[in-house]
Amino acid sequence: MKYFLKKTAGLLATLLAVSFLVFAAFAVIPGDPATAMLGTEATPARVEALREELGLNAPLLVRYLRWIGDFLRGDFGNSYRYNMSVMSMIGDKLPVTLTLTAISFVLIVVISIPLGVACARYAGGMLDHAIVVANQIIMAVPAFFSGILITLVFGLILHLFVPGGYVSWQQDRLAFLGYMIFPSIAIALPKSAMAVKLLRTSILSEMKLDYVRTAYSRGNGTRAVLYRHVLRNALIPVITFLGMALADMVAGSIIVEQVFNIPGLGRILLTSISNRDYPVVQAIIVCIAFLVIAVNFLVDLLYKAVDPRITLD
Amino acid sequence: MKTKAIRRFLLTLVCTALTIALSGCAGDKAGGTTSRISIGIPQDIEDSLDPHKAVAAGTEEILFNLYEGLVKPDSEGNMVDALAESHTVEEEGKVYTFRLRDGVKFHDGSLVTAEDVKYSLERCADTSSGDPLVPAFSAIESVEITDENTVRVTLKEPDNEFLAYMDAAIIPASNDSPETNPIGTGPYKYVSRSPQENFVIEKFDDYWGTPANIDEITLKVIANSDTIVTSLNGGAIDMFVRVSQSMTEQLSDDYNVLEGTMNLVQAMYLNNAKAPFDDVRVRQALCYAVDVQEIMDIISDGKGTQLGSSMFPAFGKYYMEELNDLYPADPEKAKELLAEAGYPDGFSFKLTVPSNYQQHVDTAQVIAEQLKRIGVTAEIELIEWESWLSQVYADRDFEATVVGLDASSLTAPALLSRFVSDAGKNFVNFESEAYDAAYAGASTSTDETEKTAYYKECERILAEEAANVYIQDLPCFVALNKKYTGYEFYPLYVQDLAKLKLADGQE
Amino acid sequence: MPGFKAGIFMNHKKSKNFTAGAVLTGVMLLFVLAGAVWTPYDPEAMDKTAKLAGVSLSHLMGCDNFGRDIFSRVLKGSGTTLLVAAGTVGIGTVCGIFIGALTGYFGGLVDEVFMRINDVLFAFPSVLLGLVVISLLGSGNFNVVIALGIAFVPSFARIVRGEFIRCKNMDYVRSARLAGAGHLRVMFVHILPNITTVLLSSVMIGFNNAVLAEAGMSYLGIGTQPPHASLGRMLSDAQTYLFSSPGYALFPGLALIWMVLGFSLLAEGLKEN
Repeated sequence: MKYFLKKTAGLLATLLAVSFLVFAAFAVIPGDPATAMLGTEATPARVEALREELGLNAPLLVRYLRWIGDFLRGDFGNSYRYNMSVMSMIGDKLPVTLTLTAISFVLIVVISIPLGVACARYAGGMLDHAIVVANQIIMAVPAFFSGILITLVFGLILHLFVPGGYVSWQQDRLAFLGYMIFPSIAIALPKSAMAVKLLRTSILSEMKLDYVRTAYSRGNGTRAVLYRHVLRNALIPVITFLGMALADMVAGSIIVEQVFNIPGLGRILLTSISNRDYPVVQAIIVCIAFLVIAVNFLVDLLYKAVDPRITLD
Repeated sequence: MKTKAIRRFLLTLVCTALTIALSGCAGDKAGGTTSRISIGIPQDIEDSLDPHKAVAAGTEEILFNLYEGLVKPDSEGNMVDALAESHTVEEEGKVYTFRLRDGVKFHDGSLVTAEDVKYSLERCADTSSGDPLVPAFSAIESVEITDENTVRVTLKEPDNEFLAYMDAAIIPASNDSPETNPIGTGPYKYVSRSPQENFVIEKFDDYWGTPANIDEITLKVIANSDTIVTSLNGGAIDMFVRVSQSMTEQLSDDYNVLEGTMNLVQAMYLNNAKAPFDDVRVRQALCYAVDVQEIMDIISDGKGTQLGSSMFPAFGKYYMEELNDLYPADPEKAKELLAEAGYPDGFSFKLTVPSNYQQHVDTAQVIAEQLKRIGVTAEIELIEWESWLSQVYADRDFEATVVGLDASSLTAPALLSRFVSDAGKNFVNFESEAYDAAYAGASTSTDETEKTAYYKECERILAEEAANVYIQDLPCFVALNKKYTGYEFYPLYVQDLAKLKLADGQE
Repeated sequence: MPGFKAGIFMNHKKSKNFTAGAVLTGVMLLFVLAGAVWTPYDPEAMDKTAKLAGVSLSHLMGCDNFGRDIFSRVLKGSGTTLLVAAGTVGIGTVCGIFIGALTGYFGGLVDEVFMRINDVLFAFPSVLLGLVVISLLGSGNFNVVIALGIAFVPSFARIVRGEFIRCKNMDYVRSARLAGAGHLRVMFVHILPNITTVLLSSVMIGFNNAVLAEAGMSYLGIGTQPPHASLGRMLSDAQTYLFSSPGYALFPGLALIWMVLGFSLLAEGLKEN
């Protein structure tokens, strides 16, 4: 109980810190929403009037406290650019990113764990060699490059999907899911390769430890040793990695979004940073921070579940 | 027990899948005979949808289809009557009287009244937000309704070019939220938008003029320019305006490529207040060093129109082709001038370029290479467009930049007013008494030929003083699927989507 | 059973990885050094007659859209890329190891505080970070290393932390403590060498990401500015010409894969020995 209280306090502190940092960052970087909105039509008088209208002339701290106040009341404010409530913008785009992340994550787990175990079990064999070589190469290929290759092969040659033909989930759920599959593969490939490698090496180094010898000497077969004893311990770095991969996908699927022209959270975030549309940036980053912390929390819990010796305090 | 649960789960799964599939089919059926087109746009229409507040060129060119003014430009650039049935100009351009067309409807079904016109014009002229929303409207003395079908606009001073600004959109006075609920009179009306995804408009059935041909238009945001070609070839979009020369070479046979001009003045704009660019000889040296033909050859296979001053050919009577020859490519002459100015070994400067405009980034690279020949080093620094707006444009904190400036209306001041010494938009800090005098002469003159002569004098001064290193009006390539025809180029930054239609034999 | 044991105690593979890695890396370094002093053409010189020229004897890898020699640009660009990526990954790993080790090993309040800072950094978009770095330090080629380095710390720290949590209760750590080794010694002499496997994979991926992120940052004004060459910059410029001149993207891409592969094989080989 005390543990959860502590975690929640940590969560709130982090969200506060991240939101303040974003505010501070916007105070430091050049450009403000008023000049960005007025473009080449800007004259000093109009910029000033717009700044006043948007409430940008108040001191940083005042604006921050104002934002926090609204935020605590559940009001994320309005986008300067779109005149839309930030809540509805995020509500519109978050499912896109989450779907992409979910499919990719399932793919990573489904591909990497069996392959990693197989590699370790038959280490030195043909399958292992083939996978190790393939892994090295996949990891060395830049993410957007594999995205382009997938577009080329599955989109333009095999016509399995229409490149750039994104369909929103409100419009047609099935088509939406269908379109998400190939981008998910592009995200999942390099991460699966890394997970396979991690799992393989992790299992192999665990196998060298004393408790494995003990387990063998007690008359356990390889299967039993592997699945009952080794896998548990060997999964720790993989769980760390998967957790990070999950957080990474939520926070930064922007490259794949760009290649496949998916209007997800990443793209809104990027354009809002450019437009200096603070309310949107604020809300998205707080949202991402929340998800990242939640994932990390889950990872910590998983550590404990996998290896009861680990204490959470 | 366990199997039962699994079975139930599977059943639910199948049902859900079916529901999804069926709802998908239903969606398809609804659009049997409606004609559609998907058009890719490089940036979202993320501006205000309020026609008087929207400033991004990308937004304005689309809003052209939603809103109309009393007059509006045709594809030749002439101002023709739109919501006005006819207009008269009196007292050498001091009084403009517009007779309104009968029975014109807004998208919400209400009729356009003289009150709406007065409301819209006064809204544009309103100075409560600092400057008027349409800067030229500061010249308006009064807007009066003389009878229920006539509106009279009186100016403070006579200006026989003022009609060009009367394309300001007429909106209903009753609309409280024009930013998000755009109601105009144009051939297309707003349907929906999804940030960074799309913007949907449909044909307005009660349009007063020649109706649009295509029923529904989806403008899809293609934020990553590298995916334009794949999106076109894969069929996700049917049209893209302003593709690059290299993209056109990769398009499949399904596409026609139409060629026009972008109608902007691309130049290396110099901060005339900063050393060494405060010395006219240095500026001239740069003009001699830059070989425009070579730039065009490298960037777009020789296509493009060379410019010698802040004016492009679409302006017809003002454009002076002879100014192009003022500075022929001549590195030797450039070196001499530099030596005279006290820089025999050249110098180095920072060339700031907005990174979202590939053409300008490419041009800057060629320029940097050409300047090496005279010992001048241009260090290119890419910068976000929004940072450019605040640092370069608003704060004038730069040495040189490569951009293209377009004209907001087809009047000479749209391009020339910014070079008046104390103009708010004079971001290059150009200062010339002769220029100010010539420009003032043009503004006060009411005689057509005299006015033109003054404007030409302005252009000549800009060229001779080498205010900037003028380069070109960029070529504009439009990729259009062969299923459609009817695209028209305008001398202004607009896309007239109502003219698009299905090619023969398509449905 | 025998296959499994053989897999663990295999010896023949070590040398192979090491040799392959050494050869790849050696050749790459040779080219980078050569590129620093001499290239067949001026990597920035344009030639309008050679725009997007194909592979030929005079242009070994063809030319880009400005008619610049791709081979010369790959030579020159590899050096820049190597410096930037190594710097970025260097900052990321060193800080990451330090933070991860401290937090994972000691746990408690230190862990809580550092990991929350870590989360903040993780959620903070690198573009915004890049913008902040430019406004504080000014634009410049090598400031990108700082921006990206900071952005890379959280992921390394997380991995190291996870490993330290796993290792700190292991027998060898306990026996080292009992033998009187100090905390620092245990952390960096006993535990660290045991987690290199996991670290190496992340370093490798990090290296690759850094190369691309560098190109991504250049639009903000940090990182390699045109017309200078870097592999990431070339790769992203080449995307437009992927269908008409695939070589433009292929060669910088191969150079990059070569570089990453070489390092990872070498590292793997070194570790095994």
